[in-house]
Amino acid sequence: MNAAFGFLALVLHLGLMLAAAPILIGAIRKLKARLLARTGPPIIQPWRDLAKLAQKQPVLAENASWLFSAAPAAAFAATLAAAALVPSFALGMTTAPASDLLVIGGLLALARVILALAGMDVGTAFGGIGSSREMMYASFAEPALVLVIFTLALLAGGTNLDAIAGLLVGGSQGLRVSLALALLAILALALVENGRIPIDNPATHLELTMVHEAMVLEYSGRHLALIEAAAALKLLVWLGLIAAIFAPFGIAPAGAPPVAWLIGLGAWVGKIAVLGVALSAFETSIAKMRVFRVPEFLGIAILFAMLAVVFLFVSQGFA
Amino acid sequence: MTALFLPAMAALVSALLALAVASAVAADANRAHLAAMGSLGICGLGVILSTGFLLTGGQADGLTIGVGLPGMPLHLVLDGLSGAFLVLLMLAGVAASAAALDDHGAYRATAPFFPAFIAGMALTLLAGDGFALLLGFEVMSIASFALVLTDHRTPEVRSAALLYIGVATVGAVCLVAALGLLSFGGDFSFAVIRAHPPEGWRATAIMVLTLIGAGSKAGLVPLHVWLPPAHAAAPGHVSALMSGAMTKIALYVLIRLMFDLCGPGQPIWWGAPLVILGAVGAVLGGLRANMEADIKTVLASSTVEHIGLIAVGLGVALAARSADLTGLAALAFGGALLHAMAHALFKSLLFLAAGATQHAAGTRRLDRLGGLIARMPKTTVMVLIGAAGLSALPPTGGFAGEWSLMQAVIAAPRIGGLGWQILMCVAAAMMALAAALAASAAVRLIGVAWLGRPRSPRAAGATDPGRPMLAALAGLAGLSIAVGLFPGAVLGLLAPAIGFATGAGPGAHAGAFMIAAQTDQPGYAAPAIAVVLGLAGAAVFFAIRRWTVAGERRAPAWDCGFGAPPAWLPFGDPATQYGGASFAQPLRRALGTSLMAAREKVDMPDPGDLRPASLTVTLADPSAAYLFAPSGRLRDRLAEYADRMQLLTIRSTLAVMFIALLVFLIAIAGLQHL
Repeated sequence: MNAAFGFLALVLHLGLMLAAAPILIGAIRKLKARLLARTGPPIIQPWRDLAKLAQKQPVLAENASWLFSAAPAAAFAATLAAAALVPSFALGMTTAPASDLLVIGGLLALARVILALAGMDVGTAFGGIGSSREMMYASFAEPALVLVIFTLALLAGGTNLDAIAGLLVGGSQGLRVSLALALLAILALALVENGRIPIDNPATHLELTMVHEAMVLEYSGRHLALIEAAAALKLLVWLGLIAAIFAPFGIAPAGAPPVAWLIGLGAWVGKIAVLGVALSAFETSIAKMRVFRVPEFLGIAILFAMLAVVFLFVSQGFA
Repeated sequence: MTALFLPAMAALVSALLALAVASAVAADANRAHLAAMGSLGICGLGVILSTGFLLTGGQADGLTIGVGLPGMPLHLVLDGLSGAFLVLLMLAGVAASAAALDDHGAYRATAPFFPAFIAGMALTLLAGDGFALLLGFEVMSIASFALVLTDHRTPEVRSAALLYIGVATVGAVCLVAALGLLSFGGDFSFAVIRAHPPEGWRATAIMVLTLIGAGSKAGLVPLHVWLPPAHAAAPGHVSALMSGAMTKIALYVLIRLMFDLCGPGQPIWWGAPLVILGAVGAVLGGLRANMEADIKTVLASSTVEHIGLIAVGLGVALAARSADLTGLAALAFGGALLHAMAHALFKSLLFLAAGATQHAAGTRRLDRLGGLIARMPKTTVMVLIGAAGLSALPPTGGFAGEWSLMQAVIAAPRIGGLGWQILMCVAAAMMALAAALAASAAVRLIGVAWLGRPRSPRAAGATDPGRPMLAALAGLAGLSIAVGLFPGAVLGLLAPAIGFATGAGPGAHAGAFMIAAQTDQPGYAAPAIAVVLGLAGAAVFFAIRRWTVAGERRAPAWDCGFGAPPAWLPFGDPATQYGGASFAQPLRRALGTSLMAAREKVDMPDPGDLRPASLTVTLADPSAAYLFAPSGRLRDRLAEYADRMQLLTIRSTLAVMFIALLVFLIAIAGLQHL
């Protein structure tokens, strides 16, 4: 029975993630527009864009290889696999035993590397500049991510996300300085990984100021639809990850009846909404930074994460 | 039955040595073919034998051969640890020999050294006493030195080989001293040494000497400087063996001396030097892999990175074993072995592919390659598989190895006090940085050399290599995928080695489908992740078929509106692509300026001046700048002093000799009282 529930929860979870990801992008855009006193496009505009792009044939560069055509689907699949591992409304999904935080980080890295390779495939300067900068950001983001995972593993005794969320939802750990520091670090990471302001600007029209968008500049048609859907899904995965770790309340525990899922769903929507509003407000109030300031920004994230670990060492007297 | 494995392996070593002699006296035309074909067969047998040995439980077995120094017969021993490394060596040997069949007549001069090289490595693994170990190690050094010199007419190759043999000599001297300190009452056999493990200052001295002696060969910082040029200078199949196998043989010597012969009674801090050197090496190697301009130097720098990661695992295992945390020691040691195995496979694959590319495109320089994905399609697929392992992306063997190593570091804080805990925290951050740098280096390597448009006519005319090379590449790629999908099974195969070094029982951390940090917890389920990825891919594929319009159109690249190049600049256009130096720029500015003293000099002509502008980038490995350069100057100064002795008068010369004799006698007298 539990196995059947777990599988049902997984299917519903994936459906929810896929449906909600473009809506989240639309909602953030709408809110940012309202904050700037513009009307903004409707919230379902990203879905309309995807539907329109899906009906357009891609225009490939003359020397584009099979890798260029296969990359959007592969990157989307890797992001989808990561999404299957991050719980939203219920713990104990079929994928729960495999939902290791390092694996989730690895799957997101896989998607990033695939797109970075595709950026180099046509051999244009914009693709190269985007790929090289994306990989530099990743180099500084990875240590911060691993240190956040280190903190959580010290608290929960393992790196399994499902187990960590299950433990933290019990509240036995209480409020901890380490968790607060780790939260700061992971928020900075989420901004970098998703190419949000102040790191990168997904909405700019000046290619030189872009990183992620420069990397995928040559894409069009259904390929572009997949890439945009993957980017939206990745943002939702990151927000879901933050919610599952740092605000796990309300989530249905493993083996709970489907009624508890409704509470979990409500809580999840609320958490994502709060994070989305915070993201919109933050993006509206800050300017984009220079490319070579980003390592410093991430250096602060690494510092916070390292402080989180060291605080744990000192406070728990781990020995 | 089990007693047959060691004599059979010893026979294989002798067969390899005989093959070396046979190919040396063979006719010029047949030499390379004979050496490659023979090594292929012998290494194939070796794979079967060593795998069989591990599968039947890896019971230790000894053998004494009446050759060697007077009064000192050679002891050979085959146990779980040497068995595990033999599997690795023989697999790399099979692939390298198959690739050597595709030789285009270039390897003829040094072909006899190839089987001798493998024989030396195998003898090192089978050694049961200090002399056999040194003999094997030195045969390996000298044979590989000769193989590096295959293309000896190029000055860079000669200087790389000289640097290599110099560092190898320093390492050998340290190993001799370490084994001398280990010996008990003049007996060098491991069984005797094991019964009388060293203590106090002697143990510390042995550790330092081993770190220098074996670490220099493995490519541990700060003695890694020789490795990128030497591995790059050798022919492809030799570099594959050097990076894939020889570095691991050096690690085996390190494990044999520090884990086995020094005994489990050493203090916890023994793990710290390995962790520190490993973490620093991982970051430096990863960063350097992003800066180098030659595909094989990039790969060799990444070897420094991966050896660093393995060394961190070994350090944690050593400390955990001293703290009686057997489970954690087994996790760390298993991770190190698993990563060593995965690295041996994917790095051999990448070096063989680099060799094939060099032959096909006539160059190893990133700024002369490009667009090979359309011209060498089969090779490119193999390279992508290898590079995924190098970047530690799931579900490859590289990810499984780094996952276990990271789990070990995350669990390691309970070994020691606050100092050790902070070291673990910093090591975890540096390992993550190294892994991300490796991914960046892989994107740069493939993006510049295999994707894009060809940057030279030779690259535009490249084709896939011949069948033996493709078979070797495909075999290594298949094994890499298998290790990635079933890391638990590989750990099961390596269980005798893990048990031998850490005392842990088999199967503590691995089922067939899952490797776990703790026995009662979920871990990394590689097949499950592969299935999830596969299902996601299938779902995306069918969604595309169902909901999107099919077909595509071809047009010139958009490139933000840049037009096609003029007809009189057919090869001016490829130069506008992002190259290796341009891809490296963000990391060079962010990390290179501080860690590798990277400097950019822009020479911009004044307006009206017609000379071309230029950008010069200089890099210096900190170890080369702060260790190798000063020691070179010291050597010159000492040579100057020694020179003066030749100008002494006869009386002073006699006095010097007399004093030297006196000092020698006093030293002997002093040592006998010790």
